[in-house]
Order: sequence, then structure tokens, then C-alpha cells
Amino acid sequence: MIEPTRLLAMARKELIQLRRDPRSLALAFALPVLLLILFGYAISWDVRDIRLAVLDQDRSAASRELVDAFRASGYFNLAAFLERSGDVDSLMERGGAQLVLVIPPGFARDLGAGRTASLQAIVDGSDANTATIALGYSEAVVRTWSARVELRGRSVAPPVSAESRVWFNEELASRNMIVPGLVAVIMMVIAAMLTSLTIAREWERGTMEQLAATPVSRLEVVLGKLLPYLGIGLVDVVASSALGVLLFAVPFRGSAVLLMVLSFLFLMGALGLGMFISAVAKSQVLATQLAMVATFLPTMLLSGFMFSIDAMPAPLQAISYLIPARYFLVVTRGIFLKGVGLGVLWTQGLLMLAFAAAGLGLAVVKFRKELD
Amino acid sequence: MRAKLERVFEMVRKEFRQVFRDPRLSRVLFVAPVIQLLAFGYAVSTDVRDVATFVIDDDGSRESRDLVEAFTASGYFRVAGVSRRPADLVRAIDRGEAVLGLVIPAGFARDLRRGVTAHVQLLFDGTNSNVATVAQGYAGRIVQSWTARRFPSLSPPAVDLRARAWFNPDLESRVYNVPAVMGALLILVCLLLTALAIVREREIGTLEQLLVSPLTPGELILGKTIPFALIGLVDLVLIMAVSLLWFKVPFRGSALLLLAASILYIFSALGVGLFISTISRTQQEAFMAVFLVFMPTMLLSGFMFPVSSMPAVFRWLTLANPMRHYLEIVRGIFLKGAGLGALWKQFLALSLMGVGILWLAADRFRRRSAAG
Repeated sequence: MIEPTRLLAMARKELIQLRRDPRSLALAFALPVLLLILFGYAISWDVRDIRLAVLDQDRSAASRELVDAFRASGYFNLAAFLERSGDVDSLMERGGAQLVLVIPPGFARDLGAGRTASLQAIVDGSDANTATIALGYSEAVVRTWSARVELRGRSVAPPVSAESRVWFNEELASRNMIVPGLVAVIMMVIAAMLTSLTIAREWERGTMEQLAATPVSRLEVVLGKLLPYLGIGLVDVVASSALGVLLFAVPFRGSAVLLMVLSFLFLMGALGLGMFISAVAKSQVLATQLAMVATFLPTMLLSGFMFSIDAMPAPLQAISYLIPARYFLVVTRGIFLKGVGLGVLWTQGLLMLAFAAAGLGLAVVKFRKELD
Repeated sequence: MRAKLERVFEMVRKEFRQVFRDPRLSRVLFVAPVIQLLAFGYAVSTDVRDVATFVIDDDGSRESRDLVEAFTASGYFRVAGVSRRPADLVRAIDRGEAVLGLVIPAGFARDLRRGVTAHVQLLFDGTNSNVATVAQGYAGRIVQSWTARRFPSLSPPAVDLRARAWFNPDLESRVYNVPAVMGALLILVCLLLTALAIVREREIGTLEQLLVSPLTPGELILGKTIPFALIGLVDLVLIMAVSLLWFKVPFRGSALLLLAASILYIFSALGVGLFISTISRTQQEAFMAVFLVFMPTMLLSGFMFPVSSMPAVFRWLTLANPMRHYLEIVRGIFLKGAGLGALWKQFLALSLMGVGILWLAADRFRRRSAAG
């Protein structure tokens, strides 16, 4: 059914067309690099340098010591010392501080008398994530400081001690979480941006009829058009993995061969999906919009790439099972960070295979129907 | 003047007809933003809830069960599996079925009763750094309050930190994210439509026809931007409606101010779109260029990743990003009810950028089309 010479001819045609548009090709390589740099260098969830304002109404040695403990923790940057409690409002509204620590009068007196001294933390909740983490840090600072004060009196061992250890990403850097996921996102980008336009363009320019008049079969058209993009995609996978490991020191603990094989399957599915969109849309404007909605956004949002699926409402969690990137992410993170092999990932491997078959199948069927 | 208006009007009409001739495209234009808002609104959540927890309870006592109960009752953790063999825990974490391993060793209850420090071990899968950081904070707090409840005789802590969150008391990230989605969707729609609309005419060859018509380049630009500005505004209303009625995001500020900011913001998006259309020859190129602009704009805007955690260089770069200023305005108006007094800096920046970018792009477009 597939004649290799015709298939290759088709692939060559597509390659020539791609080469004639060097800027598109350059962008296909520039985009992954840009994404890597942005995710690797620029953005992270790691909350550091929280802007802290202090309203010290006690002005005692103890209160100053506590403020020093906040400063020494490394998580807070002392942005302002407030004089009056009225200043808190305007400061918070301007966003001048993310956390305001209020030390009420009598703080040192209560401590000295052995009573529980209270403290107030006002956090800007508009960015809920930063606020949660900032509160967690300030609780930890206060807890340690408080324990130190208690110990000055007597020494008692705590009744329960919880030791926590972090595996796979010991320093809890968000970069280690993002870079392996980025491999999946980059592939979807390639599929969405390059493939989804390839058939729509032929419709729009009227060259589809010419193609239909040649002896090339539908399957050969789809596969032939796919091959060059498959090449680009695989180069992108290797390049972005290498950059991630070499430049950003993301650990790579598993098998590179396994990553390539599963990436290949995932890429086939993604490209097939892009072709399918292209065959459905027939116009490039529509194809771009569909590609965004159907491939790129779900991969960014619902795959667990950045946002945890566990925290999503049930209907969205159900939808996320339909998103192939969800499974592929388990693969990339598993191979990069956990160093697991096919023994753990075989379910995902089978799902990738099914996705590749479904993507290609859809593209061929839809394409045939449109042409006949 | 009259004839000029008429020509622009005709051009706008032509443009609208072209967009709406394809019913699928018009559906995508108005349905896609709503779907995207729903997806973003639900998925872009950094709330940490229902963390999958694998329990190894080697003690099997009433106390150990009570501690596990305290974890699940908090709502932050759910039990994903129970076993007595450590190998099962390792497998669950390897497969990504559990994020936290809670290990209660034998002798836990005995130690508690004897007054010896009882140990609990918490193993976190750090792959998702954000979830792990936040969950660590929650787990520490749960163990502490559980201990305090069991040992009321124990002296109260020396310092008691009382936290309050302003603007978003429940620390729900949705309230922070949904208004920001508006910024992402508006720029995407305006950018993509403007860039593609002009490049399409160039690709099909109808741009020459337009250039030899009595339309001046200025009128051509107006005719090409007004329709997309209007579509953007309709999308704005749609998105607002869904945010307020469906997500019930509080709206505390002035709608008029929001409209003014949105118009300035749309100006800058249209300007960038026009600019891309002057440098691209094919729609594919334009689409990729849009993407290349859109990704850093979104990632460096503080939409999902706080600007304050970026390195200094990138923090400076964000000042040139219209979306950053727009998001500060939108969030200020929605969550804090801030007025021009608190937001004038952002307004100034947005005005300069909106008018500046649009003017530069129009100028470049005019010269390019005059040159042929």
C-alpha cells in the first residue's frame, strides 16, 4: 500500500517547501530554545525575597531579635518599617509589601512572664500561592524562634518529631519539574504550529487538487507530509533535553533510548492530530485557532505540566485522562527525575502507542473523506 | 472627510464579512475564549488539595490511625494507598500514584505514652516542586496541632502567630487567576487575528488590489484594526460575564476604568499584530511569530509566575511588557478595588506603550506598503 519512492518524493516536496521558508524553520528551532530559557532562567515558583514590612509596636530587644530571625531566614526582604498601623492599608494596596508582621505592645513583657505572646501576620492574599508559601515560611520562622525562647527556660524534648525528606528533586527547584515537561509542550507546539497548517495551506492555495491528481495515495500524503516534521520534532527533543541537562543541571537518571522511543510515539500521535486539524479546517486562520484550543492549551493546562491535576475539579480531572500529554509527562518526569524504566512506564508506553495509531488513523480517514 | 469615513467603513464591513463568512471561524472566535477561560479558570490553580498520600502504618495503633485521620480530615491530603511494605511505597511514588509517603514506625504509640519523642517520617515526591513545598508546610502544621491536641498539659508555645489574608481571605488562587486570564486571551485574539488578516491578503495576492484602490494606507490600517478591536471588546464582555457570573470573582473597582485600560491594552496588541504582519510573508510565519511574542509576554507578565521571583534582569524586562501593567490594573480593580490613585503608574505605562506601539507599527506598515 505504501510505495517507498512515492512516500519519499512526498517528503522531499514538503522538505523543499519548508526549506524555501527558512524563517518558519528558524522559528521552529528558536521557539523551543526561547521556552527553555524562559522556563530555565526567568520564571519559577520558588518563592524567595518576600517583601516584608514590620510594624513593631513593642520596640523591645525581643521584637528586634524576631525581626532578625525573619531576615536571617533568607526568604524575606525587609521592605519597610512602619510607624503607624494606618500605614498598613496604603502599603498593601500599592503592593509595597506581601507580608506585614505586626508585633503588638507588650510582646516582650508576655514572653518574660511566661505567657503566650501573640503576633500578627497580614498577608496579601491576592496571589494565593505566594501567600500560602509566605505564611508557611513565617510560621516556620516563628516556630523555630519560639522553640529557642522556650528552651532558654528548660529543655524538654518535643513529644512528636516529624522528619521530612524530599525525593527526586531534593532542593525543590521548580526548574526540575518544568524542564522535563517542556519536552512534551515543545512537541505539541511543533504539531500545532507546523503540521496544522500544512494541509490547510494546500487547500487555501488550491494545490490540493493537483496533489489529488497524482498517483500518491492518501496514506502516503499524510506520512510523507509528516516525515519532515517528525525530524524537526526529534531534533527538538534531543536539543531541549541536552540543554536542560547541560545548561540547567536538570538530573537525567533514566534511559535516553527509552525517552527517544516513547517521544517518537508521542510525536507521531501529536503530528497526526495536527494533520487531522489541518484536514478539518481547510483554512489557515481556522486551523491556527483550532490548533491552539485542541493541542497547545490542554497540554499546557491540563496535563499536569504546571498545575497539579489533583487540585482540579472532578470534570476537569476526567477530561485530563483524554489528554495524551498527561501520560507522556509521567514518562518524561519518570525518566529524567526518577530514573524509572519500562517496568514502571509500560502502561504509558501502550497509551502512547494507542495515541500514535489514533492520531495517524484520524488524519488519514479525514483526509481521504475530504478528497473524495 | 466624509468619503474617507465611508471608505474605512466599507473596509471594516468587508473585513467583518470575511471573518463571519466562515461560520466555524466565528464560532471559534467567540466560543474559544469562553472555553479557554473555563479551562484556565479551573486548571490554573496552585491551590494544593487532596495530595495523594501513601500510608505505611507499622504501628497499627489507635494513635497512629488518629494521626492519619488528622491528615485526611484537613482536606489537604487523601489516602491513595495503605501497605506495610516499604517497597509498595517506593513503587507508588515511582509511578506517580502518591506524592507523600507517611511512615509511622512500630513503637509510635508506645513512645508517645512513655514520654519519649515519637518519630514520624514524611517522604515527599519533589517532582512537582510547588505541591511539595506547600504540602510540606501543611504536614508540619498538622503534626504540630495534632500533638498540641493530644498533650493539652504541655506548655503552650511561647509565640502564637495569627495570620490574616487580605483581599482574598480564603487564599483561593482562582480569584487571582481568572481576572488575569482576560489579559492572556485578549492579547491572543487581537494579535493572531490582526497578524493573520493582513498576511492572508498578501499570501493570496489581494493586498495589491487593496493598495491600488483609493484607500490610503492609513485607512487600510484602520479598516484592518477596528474589526479586531471590536471583536476583542466583545470577547472582553464575554469573559467578564463568565468571570463574574460563573466564577463569582469579586469585582470591587470601577468598570469604566477597566474598560479604559482594556482599550489601551488592545491598542498595543493590535500594534504588535500589525508589526508582525509587516515582517511575515506567509500565515504560517505570522502564526509562529505571534507565538514567539505571545509566550514570553504571557510568561513574563506575572500571570502564572510572580514577577518578584524572577531574576533582576527579567524583572526589568517585564517593565516593557504591556500585559504586566494590564494585569496589575485588572487585579487591582477586581480584587482591591483600587482606583487611578493607586494605578496611575500602570496606566501611564500602558498608554505610552499602547499608543507608541500602534503608531510605530502603523508607520512601518504605511512605508512598507508605499514601497510596494
